[in-house]
Amino acid sequence: MMARWSARTVWLAGLGLLAMALVAGSAQGAYAISPAQLWHVLRDMVGGSDNPTPEHLVFVNIRLPRLLLGVAAGAGLGLAGALMQGLFRNPLADPGLIGVSSGAALAAASFIVMGNLWFPDLPRALGSWTLVSMAFMGGLVVTFLIYALAQSQGGTRMGLMLLAGIAVNALAGAGLGYLSFLATDEQLRNLQFWLLGSLGGARWSAVVLVGAVVILACGAGLTLARPLNAIALGEAQAVLLGVDVERTKRWAIWVCALAVGAVTATTGMIGFVGLIAPHWVRMVAGPDHRIVLPGSALLGAALVLAADAVARTAVKPAELPLGVLTAFIGVPMFLFMLRHFRGRV
Amino acid sequence: MSLRCTHVGVSADGKKRLAQVDATLEPGRFTAILGPNGAGKSTLMSLLTGQRQPMGGQVLLRNRPLSAYSAADMATVRAVMLQESAVAFDFLVREVVELGRYPHRYQPTQDEAGLVQQAMEATQVAHLADRNVTTLSGGEKARVQLARALAQVWHPRTDGADRWLFLDEPTAALDLAHQHQVMRLLRKWVAREGLSVVAVLHDVNLALRYVDDVLVLDGRLAHFGPTHEVLSAQTLASVWGVSSQAVNSEDGVRQYLFA
Repeated sequence: MMARWSARTVWLAGLGLLAMALVAGSAQGAYAISPAQLWHVLRDMVGGSDNPTPEHLVFVNIRLPRLLLGVAAGAGLGLAGALMQGLFRNPLADPGLIGVSSGAALAAASFIVMGNLWFPDLPRALGSWTLVSMAFMGGLVVTFLIYALAQSQGGTRMGLMLLAGIAVNALAGAGLGYLSFLATDEQLRNLQFWLLGSLGGARWSAVVLVGAVVILACGAGLTLARPLNAIALGEAQAVLLGVDVERTKRWAIWVCALAVGAVTATTGMIGFVGLIAPHWVRMVAGPDHRIVLPGSALLGAALVLAADAVARTAVKPAELPLGVLTAFIGVPMFLFMLRHFRGRV
Repeated sequence: MSLRCTHVGVSADGKKRLAQVDATLEPGRFTAILGPNGAGKSTLMSLLTGQRQPMGGQVLLRNRPLSAYSAADMATVRAVMLQESAVAFDFLVREVVELGRYPHRYQPTQDEAGLVQQAMEATQVAHLADRNVTTLSGGEKARVQLARALAQVWHPRTDGADRWLFLDEPTAALDLAHQHQVMRLLRKWVAREGLSVVAVLHDVNLALRYVDDVLVLDGRLAHFGPTHEVLSAQTLASVWGVSSQAVNSEDGVRQYLFA
């Protein structure tokens, strides 16, 4: 049996992969930037420059915010996936179970299709932030609904949460279907692209906001690592070990909701990352959440950046939808690792 | 300081799960809870560990109700081995036993790794230390859980508080040799370390050989007292409805043959 990777190896490998993905992502795109040009741009950014080259402008205004959004999105989704799997004590759990993605999608669809009819005044107040804000609120509202349905006398019942999540997600899906039915062709196209995910909407203001939420989520999430390890022995046993299981559940669910909500509101639906990244980390390093949580964040970020690089270059100057690519890249690599580490699974 | 339950009972869904029980468990003794299926043994255990609150009566530890203690405090003085515990992910045996040290994470001892190793050696799972716990047999898993529970109450407390170990059918999955090895281990811990052990058992003969006091649950009544006094042929007949024949084993311990 292969020896497990240590925490240090996971961090080094994760940061290494992330660095490679950042470099690849910086160079690739409809406007190609060679490594030499990239080096100049970075030097100019540090030293200040009177005469920015076109490469500099492209990098600072378009590519860099997009890369950073990719890092934040991947880290948020990877962390959320690991938290959900730890909470549900099941490696098949996914952040979508708590409804935040479908809630965000439903809210976004409502705005795209019915915005003029239902909330004509909102864009005046929120401007270009309207869609993002609505999607974020939609995600939180649906999560709250599922969370409320899962409450019982003994606290939050994860089994109830799963079932409530399935029901509410189905309802949101039906709502989404109905809105698609009502949509005009242009609205339908907008909605489809939003649903398939993209890092294209990366403005610096959005990037900073999502980045801040994800950093806070990672900080809070890491404190849940040891309690989640204890919860792997069963919720009853975790209580007997002194873990405040109800508090852990609340924090994990809401950290996920905020992180995935912020990411989904800005990028649309990027699937698969939250399900796969924790699996990979567990396969090489074992299930200790002190390694799986940060590892999933790093790997998730690298995965999203890699997928985005392909999205931008495969059919340039057009862009492939990111959500499709995360699946296309994720699945073969997952199957490869499954074969390689099959003794461990 | 004793663990006392006064008039405790539990009802669920309109049915009485546990009849009124009064007992005082003194520290430093090995107590077994016995009784037919459905008599409420696991229910009583859950009241004594603080997992469940009694509907009538109280469970008092050092004269304070269990609900007055925080879960974190309780975890530093008592460990519980549940009847079933499925581990969710592919943790190694060593990692599972280490989780027994979680309540003490802010006050670790000098040699935590050594403590974990000793706990594994005590229940004879040290050779499985780097194995994936989900691949073990039922008996091996049970011994890993016991090692985890022992690790939790391994060290004497600086404030001298008693340490309690609750075990729900610890010998259920074990082969003959390990049944006796575990009971001897628990007996040794009671005698040398002053650990207070409460175990739900099914095997009357194991109880007669290793246990100081028994609490026999009957549905309506509870019999509590030293093992050899309570476990007489009459009690066995009235509580379990089996006829028994007393036999004196070679080392002088009374055992029963059943029909």
